[in-house]
Amino acid sequence: MNRIQKAFENQKAFIAFLTAGDPIKEKTIEYIFELEKVGASLIEIGIPFSDPIAEGPVIQDANIRALKHHMTTDGVFEIVKAVREKSDIPLCLMTYLNPVFHYGYDRFFKNCQEVGVDGIIIPDCPYEESGEVKDVAKNYDVKVISMIAPTSKERIKMIAKEAEGFIYLVSSLGVTGVRDEIQTDLSTIIKDIKEVTDVPVAIGFGIHSPKQVQEMNKYADGTIVGSAIVRIIAEHGENAHQALYDYVKDMTQFN
Amino acid sequence: MGVGRYGQHGGQYIPETLMSEIHKVEEAYEFYKHDEAFQAELNKLLEEYAGRPSLLYYAKKMTEDLGGAKVYLKREDLNHTGSHKINNVLGQCLMAKKMGKTRVIAETGAGQHGVATATAAALLDLECEIFMGKEDTDRQSLNVYRMELLGAKVHPVMTGSMTLKDAVNECMREWTKRVDDTLYVLGSVMGPHPFPMMVRDFQSVISKEAKQQILAAEGKLPTAVMACVGGGSNAMGMFYNFIDDKDVQLIGCEAAGKGVDTALTAATMNTGTLGVFHGMKSYFCQDEYGQIAPVYSISAGLDYPGVGPEHAYLHDIGRAQYVPVTDDEAVSAFEYLARVEGIICAIESAHAVAHARKIIPTMSKDDIVIICLSGRGDKDVAAIAKYRGIEINE
Repeated sequence: MNRIQKAFENQKAFIAFLTAGDPIKEKTIEYIFELEKVGASLIEIGIPFSDPIAEGPVIQDANIRALKHHMTTDGVFEIVKAVREKSDIPLCLMTYLNPVFHYGYDRFFKNCQEVGVDGIIIPDCPYEESGEVKDVAKNYDVKVISMIAPTSKERIKMIAKEAEGFIYLVSSLGVTGVRDEIQTDLSTIIKDIKEVTDVPVAIGFGIHSPKQVQEMNKYADGTIVGSAIVRIIAEHGENAHQALYDYVKDMTQFN
Repeated sequence: MGVGRYGQHGGQYIPETLMSEIHKVEEAYEFYKHDEAFQAELNKLLEEYAGRPSLLYYAKKMTEDLGGAKVYLKREDLNHTGSHKINNVLGQCLMAKKMGKTRVIAETGAGQHGVATATAAALLDLECEIFMGKEDTDRQSLNVYRMELLGAKVHPVMTGSMTLKDAVNECMREWTKRVDDTLYVLGSVMGPHPFPMMVRDFQSVISKEAKQQILAAEGKLPTAVMACVGGGSNAMGMFYNFIDDKDVQLIGCEAAGKGVDTALTAATMNTGTLGVFHGMKSYFCQDEYGQIAPVYSISAGLDYPGVGPEHAYLHDIGRAQYVPVTDDEAVSAFEYLARVEGIICAIESAHAVAHARKIIPTMSKDDIVIICLSGRGDKDVAAIAKYRGIEINE
């Protein structure tokens, strides 16, 4: 069984994102354990990329810090391997298509399976182009997570029908980053999705407060928090354990 | 080949947020491409506003000096705004207007595409915001002011290498923030489909005219056509109507910077590998993990780590040839053309002139070469002086 299902079993999922190698590899491993301890149900690990076009300034900076500290795709596999020695928490990678393509799809997904990666999110690989990735990923039981955006409209059902793992519903226009207001009519989008699939839906982009988590969980199966977590790591560097614990504790109080 | 594919290259590798919009752009372009009223309106703008057709000038002194093939210069530098970029922006901005858009955004390297977009936006009453790497706003401060005069807002981009690729990143981000009223007017034959095709079509007026002009002047097709290649829009425009004429050599000149054997280069075809970036599959300068490499060239307009997908395809099938030209060679060619023909061309175009100086002496007097002078060089004069160690006050 792919571990992703576990994240949504009998609970609202809290998905935490961090960038691998920010600030250093060892800390990423420790922070993943910290997030798990406080109740994160799935960890999304970012493979840093030089040109993250879907990211706002907070995660862009994390990518730069990680690359400066020589984090590589192989380094990310080492992180996952180290986590898997002690934990069965669902893990997804998040990166742009080029690092995966350049590594070689077969080699990449084979490694994913070997170290225990459950899924991958690739924001610059939309439905129409995803075949080349999915064809290989499925051989190694790695779920390719589909994204649905506020602009998807008549594309929603087409994408949802073929979704696997979970659906990443983008809350707002624009790039990642904390937002005080989310104006998209997410409940209608989720209704459309639920008409064609049972795959769980998690909402991401902009979520940073417990109130937002509570609001989103009225209609979604979970929430994804990235920039707010990355910002804590940026502020606390190698000593972010307690701050991360406290923040996620607060965020998951209604889960 | 599928829609938007050039062999293995091309495609639409962009965030889901942009997919509905890119399909709208695709549909709009398919419609206006065949719409006579639109084409008539565009042609009128090209003739009466941009000053087309551009001259095909017989460079007699250069021909005599090099002592080989006959040299013709396709004078895109004489267009309104001083480069070939106007051909594309008039097309895209007119389409934006017809689509009901009220705002355009664009990236720029040297500033040529930014100036052209700001110009078309002023003419067509569109709000305009330009994204330009901080490195480039410093190198090309005159063009920044020019864009502001034209009513555009210029955003210096402070991320990454602060050059053209980062300006494209920022445009993509900006477009995902505001898609409804905005068209991203991409400046080259790159990005997600339909941009490589649409920009190529708008730029193909260069070779359409050149073909008629050379047949009228010489009664035969040229031996070779040459152009500089960054993303590759003037080259695609110069090549397009000659692709089916198998005897016409197509030569693209890439910016080698300090040399293809150094890290300070932007010669994608000569040093890059297959990748997926900025919405397209093509060749890119990148490291062993697929991180996009910082590239370098004296020319801000060629300082780009990728190349348009149709060029990558023409390279794969051997139809076009792509050669590296160093900063030194380009600067010498810049000075050479000024001295010999009295033409100060853009440092981008000087890359094509530089390669022409190498091959023309080896050709016969029956041969004919057309070089695309993609832009004029006023913007580069201060930088060239600096390169030669001369301090001048702008």
